[in-house]
Parts: sequence; C-alpha cells; structure tokens
Amino acid sequence: MEASSDTIPVIAFDGVSKRYGPRARPALDNVSLAIQPGEFIALVGQSGSGKSTLLGMINRLIDPTSGTVWFEGENVQQQDPVMLRRHIGYVFQDIGLFPHMTLAENIGITPRLLGWDKARIAARVDELLNLVQLPPERYRRRYPAQLSGGERQRAGVARAIAAQPRVVLMDEPFGALDLRTRDALSRDYRKLHDALGLTTVMITHDVIEAVLLADRIAVIQDGRIAGLGTPQGLISDPPNEDVRALLNMPREQAQRLNALLRENGAR
Amino acid sequence: MISNPAIAEAFSHLPDYLGQHVLVSLTALAIGLAISLPLALFSVRRPYLRNVVLGFASIVQTIPGLALLALFYPLLLGAAALTTSWFGFDFSALGFLPSVLALALYSMLPVLRNTITGIEGVQPSLQRAARGVGMTNRQSLFMVELPLAMPIIMAGIRTAAVWVIGTATLSTPIGQTSLGNYIFSGLQTQNWVFVLFGCVAAALLALVVDQLLALMERGAAARRKSSIVAGLLGLALVVSIAFVPGLFSRKADYVVGAKPFSEQYILAALMAQRIEADGHSVSRREGLGSNIIFAALAASEIDAYVEYTGTIWSAMMKHTDIKPREETLTEVRQWLQREHGITLAGALGFENSYALAMKRSEAEKLGIRTIADLARVAPTLTIAGDYEFLSRPEWTALRTTYGLNFRAERTMQPEFMYPAAGNEVDVISAYTSDGRIAQYDLVVLEDPRHVIPPYDAVLLLSPKRGKDDSLIAALKPLDDAIDVTLMRQANLRANQGQSPNAVAQWLWDQLRGGKPDAAKR
Repeated sequence: MEASSDTIPVIAFDGVSKRYGPRARPALDNVSLAIQPGEFIALVGQSGSGKSTLLGMINRLIDPTSGTVWFEGENVQQQDPVMLRRHIGYVFQDIGLFPHMTLAENIGITPRLLGWDKARIAARVDELLNLVQLPPERYRRRYPAQLSGGERQRAGVARAIAAQPRVVLMDEPFGALDLRTRDALSRDYRKLHDALGLTTVMITHDVIEAVLLADRIAVIQDGRIAGLGTPQGLISDPPNEDVRALLNMPREQAQRLNALLRENGAR
Repeated sequence: MISNPAIAEAFSHLPDYLGQHVLVSLTALAIGLAISLPLALFSVRRPYLRNVVLGFASIVQTIPGLALLALFYPLLLGAAALTTSWFGFDFSALGFLPSVLALALYSMLPVLRNTITGIEGVQPSLQRAARGVGMTNRQSLFMVELPLAMPIIMAGIRTAAVWVIGTATLSTPIGQTSLGNYIFSGLQTQNWVFVLFGCVAAALLALVVDQLLALMERGAAARRKSSIVAGLLGLALVVSIAFVPGLFSRKADYVVGAKPFSEQYILAALMAQRIEADGHSVSRREGLGSNIIFAALAASEIDAYVEYTGTIWSAMMKHTDIKPREETLTEVRQWLQREHGITLAGALGFENSYALAMKRSEAEKLGIRTIADLARVAPTLTIAGDYEFLSRPEWTALRTTYGLNFRAERTMQPEFMYPAAGNEVDVISAYTSDGRIAQYDLVVLEDPRHVIPPYDAVLLLSPKRGKDDSLIAALKPLDDAIDVTLMRQANLRANQGQSPNAVAQWLWDQLRGGKPDAAKR
C-alpha cells in the first residue's frame, strides 16, 4: 500500500533517537517512518536491533531521547500515556494475561478502565470471544492457566482490540506457538485486521510471517531502518546486501528443502 | 467432670484471661496491619524508604519481647506527663496501651516483608502488561500486583498473628491481664498446671486464628465466598470472646497490685478478699515488676499493694546507710507522702528482707554462721541471685563491707534457685519470709554488720486513695497482724501448689484465731 500525499499518517516517527545511557550506543538512531491508516507493517530485525524500542514509543511504554513520535496527528509526548495506552491495542510477546482474572475479566479490562458499564463490557467480551473463535459459554469463566498456548494468544488478541482501538501493536505475538497454531492464528488475525479496518504494527523474527502477512516490511538494523517497502519490492529490489540476504532466506530454505526431497526420491 | 482443683481454678480464670488476651492481641494485630500494609504499599516502589522501613522493623524484631513491652511503660508514662501538662488530659501508661503498642510494633516485620517481597515477586511481564492495557501505577498495584501477591501477604499476616498471640503472654508483667497470668503466677507458685494451661490456651488460640486466616486465604484464592464468610464469622466469634468478661463484670471499685512472687500473690488475694468482704469489687493486677508497680501506684493506676521498706529505702530514696527498723519506717512513710503523695497505711508485722542462705549441712561442714564467716571461703563457692538481687545496692554493700568475692555469680528464677542451693550452687539470695527456707532445710546467714536494711512489709495506698476510709477500714485488720512464721507457712503452702486465694483464706482464718471466717462469701 503506497501512501497518498493527502492522508495523514496514523503513526509517524520524526528523527527519533533513543539512548539507554549517556555512553551507550543508541538503540535507535535518527529514525523516521510514517505508517498509514489501515496499513499492516512488520518490523523485522535481529534481537537488539531496536525494533522493540520503536514499537514501545508508540504508546509511550518508552519515551524517545530526541525526535518526535506522532499519533493521529498529535505529539505523543503531550498526551497522557495512560489514556494513550487505553486507545491503542497491545499484544504482548508473553501474552501477559492476568492469572487471577477469568478470560472475560482479562478481555474486558481496558473497557473497564475506560469506565464502560457492565452490560456493555459483557456483550463486548462475548462478541470478541466469538471473533477469536473461543465459544463464550465455554471460555468466559476460565482462567488463563486452563487454556492452551493458542487459546491464550487468541484471548490476548481479543484483549488488545476490546476497547475498539484503531491501532494494534504486536510484539512477536505468535513466537511461542507451534507452527500450525501460529499459521492459523496469524491468518485469522490478518482477516480481523482487514475486517475491522485496523492499523497494525507487528514485530516478528519470522521473515516468512512478515512476507505473508504484512503490507510493508521495515528491516531494522543497529537502530536504523535498513530497508522499507512492500515484501515484493524489497525482495526484487533490496536496498543492500544484508536486506537481500534476510529476505532471500525463506526462498533459499525452500529451495534447499526441495533439493533435499528430490535427492531422496520423494515426491 | 473436672476433679483436679487446680484445673478447675484455671478454668475459672479462663473467661477473663482469654478475653483480655484476645482483646490485646487482636487489637495489636489490627493496628499493626493498619500501619504496616499501607506502609508496605507506599514504600514498595521507593527503594530507599523500603530499606529504611524493613531495617527498622528488623531491629524491632531483635528486641526481646519482654524488654520491648517493658520499654513502652516509661515511654508512655513520659508521654502521659506531657499530655497532662500540654493538653490537660492523662491516660493510663499501664497495661493495655503499652502492650498493644509494643505488640503492634512486633507484628509489623512479617507483614511488611511479605507484602514487599510478594509485590516485588510479581512477574515483570505482568507489570508490563498492566501498563500496556492502560492501568495507572495505582491500578496496576491494586488490580494486578496486590491480588497476585495475596498468598504471600496472607502468610505474613498469619505469621504476625501467631507471634502476637504468643508474645501477648508477656504483657502480664506490665499490667495487662493475659493468658500469661497463668504462666507467671504458675511459675511463682510452682503451679505447673497453671503454666501448662496458659501455654496450651495461648497455643490453641494462635492455632485457631491461624487456621481461620488460612481458610479466608484459600477462599480468596478459589473465589469461594463461603470460605471467606466462614473465616470472617470465625474471627468475629474469637473477637466476641474479648467482650464476654466485659458483659458480666463492671469496672472494679478497687485495683490491687502484686509483684511477681508468691507472697505478693497471697497478700494481694488477702487484700482483695478483705475489700470484697466489705461489699466492694476488686480487680487484681498481678505480676508487675518492682519499678512498674510503684510508678503505677504513684499514678493511681492501682490503689494498693504491699511494698517493703528496704526496697524504698535503698532503691528509691538511694540511701546507703542503714537505720533501725522503726526509724526506717518513719522516714519511708514521710518520704512517700512528701515525694509521691503515697500513704503508708501500716506495716503488716513481718520482714521480708534479702538474706544469704545456704544448705544447713554445708554451712555446718564449712563452719559458716555469718556472712563474715562466708567471706573467708567465698572464692571457692558459687552464688545464685534472682534477677533483681545481683543488681541491687544491698548486694554491692554486702560485697564491699564483707569483702565477698565468689568464684561465680549466677542469675536464676527463685523457684529454681532454692532447690539448687547445696547442689548446683553453694549460696543463694533468699527472702527471710520465704517458706522454702524451711522446705529445703536452709540456714539464713547472719548479717553482724547490719548491711541489709530492714524490709518491713508495708501497705501502700495510691494518692487517690489516701483518704479513702472504706478502703482503709477494710485493710485495717491486716495491720501488724502477720508475723514472719505465719508468712513463711503461708508461702510454703503456696509453693506446695495451693492457690493464692486458698492460702489467703487460710491466712485469714489463722488471723481470726483459726476459726472459719464468718464473713466468708
């Protein structure tokens, strides 16, 4: 999806840097990035590349050392971080469901913090449980410990979108799941993204996941954006050798796999 | 059903002792929780404050329970003096208040530590998630961290409850009735049934409260309202025990005090019986320490007790010289009235002075009759004194005057000291009216240089009661009525397991010429 000049980006980074100490190497170094409404953008890069810092700045879990982060046209530094977080969905890497709350209480937490009335929360929770394919009558009263990993992450997604945010941030949301669950869940999420008209920023290690799901991919390296574009664009015209190597990895793996299967005489 | 009279008597005190014990320990626990829970929540995110708070609570914990309780008495006495001069009101520094404050302080460490470690132990990922879903720090604390830390916090509360209920037995010496009354009076009168009864009752109470708290904790964890309600009801029932004695007894007309030894228990019982015979109600504050009981009398918190002239002469008037019995009595009487407004209503007729005593056989073998004889062989002997004796001026005077120098000095509880004479130790500090001198066949060594002042047992009345004619009339029959032989017999009876009440009754019968008391109720 290419940005047209008349749309205001929903999220924009403007020369943003972050240092965690006066002498530390910058975790982010003068990054600028605009994310358009409805866009699904994947941030890929190695551990310590700065992608988590970038994501955390959007809802002010982390504040920049310099530069400006814009959310829906406003400088986030001038907004109340708590209210900002209530209006931005967040799916955590370790899911972070509260173990002492039922699924319904977990999913309804942000609406509750926003002061919705009980009936509205209950209706919303049921709607969301259906949406993430956890039948409400069976799941509503369960505790996180009574769920499988996949069910927990579905609940995590439901919690993130409970207060009807326009933006969802995902920090390696499916990383801990087995491959089949992960594939099914990520495709289900993409459908939700489209159906609800969300804007999604997702961190992932998995290049295949990024290529298959995202509208655009930002490759982060050493605190800078090393490549930015659609999956096809980056694969066919990588800006540098590192990005080429990273994005070619899935294809090379597939070719090696095919070669292996042929050698062994398999179909 | 209860055939043993000691057990029956123990049970007769149970409503009062248990009720007071519950009242003081649960009040202390409630105050302790009301301070330490908010303090823990406030300091958990402030590392410096948290260290200060935990450090302070740990130091408090290292103070022995008895010392902590005793320290609060002078502290509150000073505070009461301040409020009197500044704001014109006064409060009792004896009994309930110092016990509650000291025990509340004692309960704080486990609650503080468990609350702080419990909250700090919540997974960082959940704290991050709490922020991510849009909770404020406060909401994160109350909606996520506190509920998750609850099992650990409850464990702390349970520990505190058990400690406080156990330690509350030590509030007896500072004037608060508790299950400790069984233990302290039992130790003094060698009534082991009482000691055991007090221990078992305190342990059972601790166990019950602990289990009720555990029930509530499990109910909270499993979200079973019934368990929480049952736990609360149980606690309410325990609390109601505290008010049972209050329902049946009004505030007593007079308060009689006793120091922690059997003679004092007997005399307090005797005074109480005389006052009650005249139709007034009496409550007793027993097992009070020497300084505490005097301060309590001066503050009119107790109305009467028996003191000994020598104690006042040397420990309070700070005299080092010795005067004859009558002169001492006169000077003590004047000093008490002048300095404290205390009335010396009369001498009971016997002396209970400090003395050095030995096993008769050993004294004869070594040819010791006087303390001067003793000084020659002292370097090969061991002496045992009670907690007070070895720090009293009389002991210093004895040592310097006679040049006493023992091989070793030991401190013992009186009830273990007497049987130890001639066995573990050679010489003991004894009391001249003590029944155990005859019981263990000891001899009291003479004091040819008159170093030990006269110790006449005297009846003291508080400033408030100095002109109370009905009290003075009720106690009049005790004036100059008890000689040392009679008192020794009475003390011996107490040491042989008779209750102070029974011995006091026997003593009164003797005073009446062995006839049964007509006024007996």
